Amino acid sequence: MNLGSGQGSMSTASSSGAWKAGDVVPDQFPAGLRVLVVDDDPTCLMILEKMLRTCLYEVTKCNRAETALSLLRGNKSGFDIVISDVHMPDMDGFKLLEHIGLEMDLPVIMMSADDGKHVVMKGVTHGACDYLIKPVRIEALKNIWQHVVRKRKNEWKDLEQSGSVEDGDRQQKPSEDVDYSSSANEGNWKNSKRRKDEEDDAEERDDTSTLKKPRVVWSVELHQQFVAAVNQLGIDKAVPKKILELMNVPGLTRENVASHLQKYRLYLRRLSGVSQHQSGLNNSFMGPQDATFGPISSLNGLDLQTLAVAGQLPAQSLATLQAAGLGRSTGKSGLPMPLVDQRNLFSFEAPKFRYGEGQQQQQQLSNSSKQMNLLHGIPTTMEPKQLATLRQSAQSFGSINMQVNAHGNDSSSLLMQMAQPHSRAQILNETTGNHVSRITSSMGQPVLSNGIAGGLLTRNVIVENGRGAGFNPVSQGPSVVEFPMNHTAELPGNSFPLGTNPGISSIQSKGLLEEVSSEIKGSRGFVSSYDIFNELHQPKSQDWELQNVGLTFNASQHANSIPGNLGVSPSVLVHQVFSSGQKSGQNMNTPVVSKAMFSVGAGSEHGNTHNISQHLNTLVDSSLRVKTEKILDPSCEITPFPEHYVQEDLMSALLKQQQEGIGPVEGEFDFDGYPMDNIPV
Amino acid sequence: MERTQQHRQVAHMRQSLFDQGLLDEQFVQLEELQDDANPNFVEEVVTLFYRDSARLVLNIDQALDKSPLDFSKLDSYMHQFKGSASSIGAKKVKSECTLFREYCKAGNGEGCMKTFQQLKKDYAVLRKKLETYFQVIFHSLLFDKDGEN
Repeated sequence: MNLGSGQGSMSTASSSGAWKAGDVVPDQFPAGLRVLVVDDDPTCLMILEKMLRTCLYEVTKCNRAETALSLLRGNKSGFDIVISDVHMPDMDGFKLLEHIGLEMDLPVIMMSADDGKHVVMKGVTHGACDYLIKPVRIEALKNIWQHVVRKRKNEWKDLEQSGSVEDGDRQQKPSEDVDYSSSANEGNWKNSKRRKDEEDDAEERDDTSTLKKPRVVWSVELHQQFVAAVNQLGIDKAVPKKILELMNVPGLTRENVASHLQKYRLYLRRLSGVSQHQSGLNNSFMGPQDATFGPISSLNGLDLQTLAVAGQLPAQSLATLQAAGLGRSTGKSGLPMPLVDQRNLFSFEAPKFRYGEGQQQQQQLSNSSKQMNLLHGIPTTMEPKQLATLRQSAQSFGSINMQVNAHGNDSSSLLMQMAQPHSRAQILNETTGNHVSRITSSMGQPVLSNGIAGGLLTRNVIVENGRGAGFNPVSQGPSVVEFPMNHTAELPGNSFPLGTNPGISSIQSKGLLEEVSSEIKGSRGFVSSYDIFNELHQPKSQDWELQNVGLTFNASQHANSIPGNLGVSPSVLVHQVFSSGQKSGQNMNTPVVSKAMFSVGAGSEHGNTHNISQHLNTLVDSSLRVKTEKILDPSCEITPFPEHYVQEDLMSALLKQQQEGIGPVEGEFDFDGYPMDNIPV
Repeated sequence: MERTQQHRQVAHMRQSLFDQGLLDEQFVQLEELQDDANPNFVEEVVTLFYRDSARLVLNIDQALDKSPLDFSKLDSYMHQFKGSASSIGAKKVKSECTLFREYCKAGNGEGCMKTFQQLKKDYAVLRKKLETYFQVIFHSLLFDKDGEN
């Protein structure tokens, strides 16, 4: 690679374009890397800024997570990498990480003065691509460009893989390093990214995050309907056409459904993959970068051992894992990830995972390649077994929790943390993600996300634990939860684990995941439909529509309760989300889950309220997303992983949504708000 | 000569700060960041630190006055404070932060209070010394500017 001369050239200024455009002058690489640094401590911020400028990077600093999110949202491709502190007053760094992962799919480096294993693990499970201990030295910053290159490379690979094949192909993403060297080289990475974009355009998978085609907005409600239809048909037999018929939603096309299904499958796959570890299901979870989705697949069995291993993974090995994981996961190999790989998952294989997941999709889904991308890691094709496993795991979550608790080890403690607060998670089990989406919607979207996340988390947790990463639990609880959301999405079906997007945290209902992902970023590859969310976000009105849809859906049901719920705890919300699908009992689960998820984090997070709204957004299905996004906007950025959400956020999020604009909701559901043109199918 | 003396004085002062365990390697990092574009970078950062951390110190003081003590809140404040202090290389202050946090974890209010009193002292002493140090640097630069006097 030609790095070097960056120092000498003072072309930093010019670089803003350089990185993206691919015109980067090799000699200047990585000069001009556009970094966004977020830290509430002004002293640290000043020092970091100076250090980064000395590295010839272009630096933008902000002291609030919300500001950072709005900057990122306002300029999706305006930054190459984000560096964020873990402890911030307005939003937990992990939540921000999730959001970014879900929405923008940028590499995120976490930093903290805290070098505790758990926190570092949390970073891993949430998909941070690196974790720096404060005080940060300039040497540590000099090499951050590698994360940008790596991510692009993986994305590109994923694109290629997913684009070209149907579900099956996707799974196999061999770790080709072919592009690596080239991408690593001057500006090539940019090219690869561009190529990815081109491919996205050209291929059916229209889900590339880079594309911004309007997409159908999968509101929570819609997603719930989708999930119900899928469950009715049986995951194996669920073909877009039939699903479409069952759903009977005017304006929805087969393509929309197909791409959503693809994502959903990925999500499921991811969920089961996490548990595979334990049950041998192997969903090739590639460990989305953001959210170690991979671990989720091993939901089935808490793999404490894995967890232990995970727990022991030193931060330093993150890079290794990443590398390892990268090689592997990229392949979207929806393949069963061996334990080792799972570890990698922790490391951020998100991008890969996404694509891999898509592979499992059915052919029809292939169209929704775009969607697949969104799914990042959402195992769209959830094998029945996996589903069953997930279900089981979900159900046994409660017991797992117990088990987890039993283990006192570090690694397990993480799980335990998760598990404990997750009594709700158990509830989740019930819901088993059937109606995660539903739940979310009912919650008024914010809830959904929470719920879903919660549910997902629990799932993930379980899985994660197995993985060793305790995906969820690892991070001290809540944070994990968030992430698992993505994973959890994979849980039996309902939650659509956006997987790839950590933030997406397997959005509770499957739909959520997708939606979340779409919001998160087109790049996530989440389903093209999810893109809608992204797009939705942009125009507030649109968002509202989606949100409203979800809200209305929920609003009617929970409008009143939501506020209460918010305070209640994520679990409730989650419940709703989950329960939507399952309908009644579910509520319990969802909230639990989310709670678990959130609560995990909740405990630690102080700024949950904000988070909640944020989280809610993420959790909520795409529609929720939309809403949450909206809601969050005012308050805060939607954090895909509503760790905090769980309780307060959901409520506030819900409330906000309702206040903001539920208006169009009612009508929205009829897809007024769905930009349907992208249907990748 | 004057210049040399001034420089020597600066160097001496600087070294003693390290020798006394008040500063660590991170401070050197800050010094290395100082350049023509930011010729007073170190001083600016230190000033910013003291200004910003004053509120944290106040918060901790207030929290220590409450009863019963909210250890998790105290720990959280201290975590922030520690992060800040470590970023400027305040070695002694940082180690006191660590000690304080351990007392928090143990739920030892007495320990917390005692440690914090000591921490505030060291924090103030460091500030004074650094102020003096920056003044000496400033003077040495004056001498430089004037050329040989």
